[in-house]
Amino acid sequence: MYDPTVARLTYRGLLGRRRALILGALPLLLLVIATAVRLLAGADDQTAVNVLGGFALATMVPLVGVVAGTGAIGPEIDDGSVVYLLSKPLKRPTIILTKLIVAIAVTMVFSAVPTLLAGLILNGNGQQIAVAYTVAALVASIAYAALFLLLGTVSRHAVVLGLVYALVWEALFGSLVPGARTLSVQQWSLAVAHKVTGGDLVTSDVGLPTATVLLAAVTVLATWYAGRKLRSLTLAGEE
Amino acid sequence: MTTLSIDHVSRWFGNVVAVNDVTMTIGPGVTGLLGPNGAGKSTLINMMGGFLAPSTGSVTLDGQPVWRNEQIYRHIGVVPEREAMYDVLTGREFVVANAELHGLGAKAAQRALATVEMEYAQDRKIATYSKGMRQRVKMASALVHDPSLLLLDEPFNGMDPRQRMQLMELLRRMGDEGRTVLFSSHILEEVEQLARHVEVVVAGRHAASGDFRRIRRLMTDRPHRYLVRSSDDRALAAALIADPSTSGIEVDVAEGALRIQAVDFGRFTALLPRVAKEHGIRLLAVSPSDESLESVFSYLVAA
Repeated sequence: MYDPTVARLTYRGLLGRRRALILGALPLLLLVIATAVRLLAGADDQTAVNVLGGFALATMVPLVGVVAGTGAIGPEIDDGSVVYLLSKPLKRPTIILTKLIVAIAVTMVFSAVPTLLAGLILNGNGQQIAVAYTVAALVASIAYAALFLLLGTVSRHAVVLGLVYALVWEALFGSLVPGARTLSVQQWSLAVAHKVTGGDLVTSDVGLPTATVLLAAVTVLATWYAGRKLRSLTLAGEE
Repeated sequence: MTTLSIDHVSRWFGNVVAVNDVTMTIGPGVTGLLGPNGAGKSTLINMMGGFLAPSTGSVTLDGQPVWRNEQIYRHIGVVPEREAMYDVLTGREFVVANAELHGLGAKAAQRALATVEMEYAQDRKIATYSKGMRQRVKMASALVHDPSLLLLDEPFNGMDPRQRMQLMELLRRMGDEGRTVLFSSHILEEVEQLARHVEVVVAGRHAASGDFRRIRRLMTDRPHRYLVRSSDDRALAAALIADPSTSGIEVDVAEGALRIQAVDFGRFTALLPRVAKEHGIRLLAVSPSDESLESVFSYLVAA
């Protein structure tokens, strides 16, 4: 169910120069913000929660997820080079699952690692805040990668749709419409973070059992459907 | 023996019909799929390669369905028309990756690179390759698993004459070895040089099938139109009309030229310079006025 060659082709494409720059920019920004906040305001638990929750988990993780998830397959479908994968005796779900694993790994590296570092900078992991948000970022990476990989498989406008989801749905609707929060990867991962801190610093609108079920369901369904779509992917000719 | 059967295949996109009820059988040897741009060649090749589902009809390889059957690719090598091919890799890395995806190793990749004579540039990034080099590396990636069916979509596009000759030689060899090789082209001469067997597609329909010489004869026997400018149009017209190879001449005063319709192509092309010389007329311009492939093909469809 995992093909090392597909993985190699995927991460080499994903970490090509331009995309690596985008992937690296947001984590760098987070670290800069964390350092500035620490220097200006000193170590404070609530500030750490605000930065990690408001920027890292709400903005950086989904955006890195969009770039890595859609980038793991979208460009190959767009430019037609996916034909070199499709013209092989490879099970289509194997291609999707491999790309998912790569996308998850890349999202985790570019979102969870900087989140942990930023947390350590902000308040030295006081109240387990850094670890909690890192776990949340890890969990969210899985769901985002799966969702955006599916988007990359079904749509040519995957990046735009991904950005709309990440910014409009998660950030805007999430703060305006209470119901939308139940259907938000961010809230699900916050439920996990809440469990890690144990206190009331990190809260979520969704209970842990619901969050776990929804995270697993979204990941599995998105992956299954992407495999199905790839099986009947149609390559249009030039004419 | 590998036989690709296309059985009453149609494909439409929305309400545009790209391929219309085509039935053909492609056997061992080199077959040319000939047709003007937009005739549905790529759509047809995509269906042959299992990258597109026929709207109706079926495509089978030795009885096995091609669509949604990834195991069929053990027998098929595909050379797509599109350029994109993991430009960040070197040629060798790309072909090795293709071999690995077939469960083969670096040895198979090296053999394929040698077959297309690309060893000298195998460690350069694909992004630095010329069109012809890309084409050859694509070819190597399609050959790694020694397929019995080779599908090539417009393989000669953008190649220089030397590269074209090399690739033709390679495809000829593949055909002689008993493989089933099908390539598409919109250029008559390419097909003529390479394929004895030709399938012609025009506007989504299967217009002709069979030996190239027969089809070529049909194409050359049609009336040809020429636009000719000379130092004395009327004298030339008078001399030409006396010969049976010419069926009509119009003196186009506005254009300052003759519009000639010739019925015997071979005879007319020999006659024109001879007549001009005998009468001391200088030929300033001779150009075929309906040589576009579309007109050639439309004649063929009508025949």
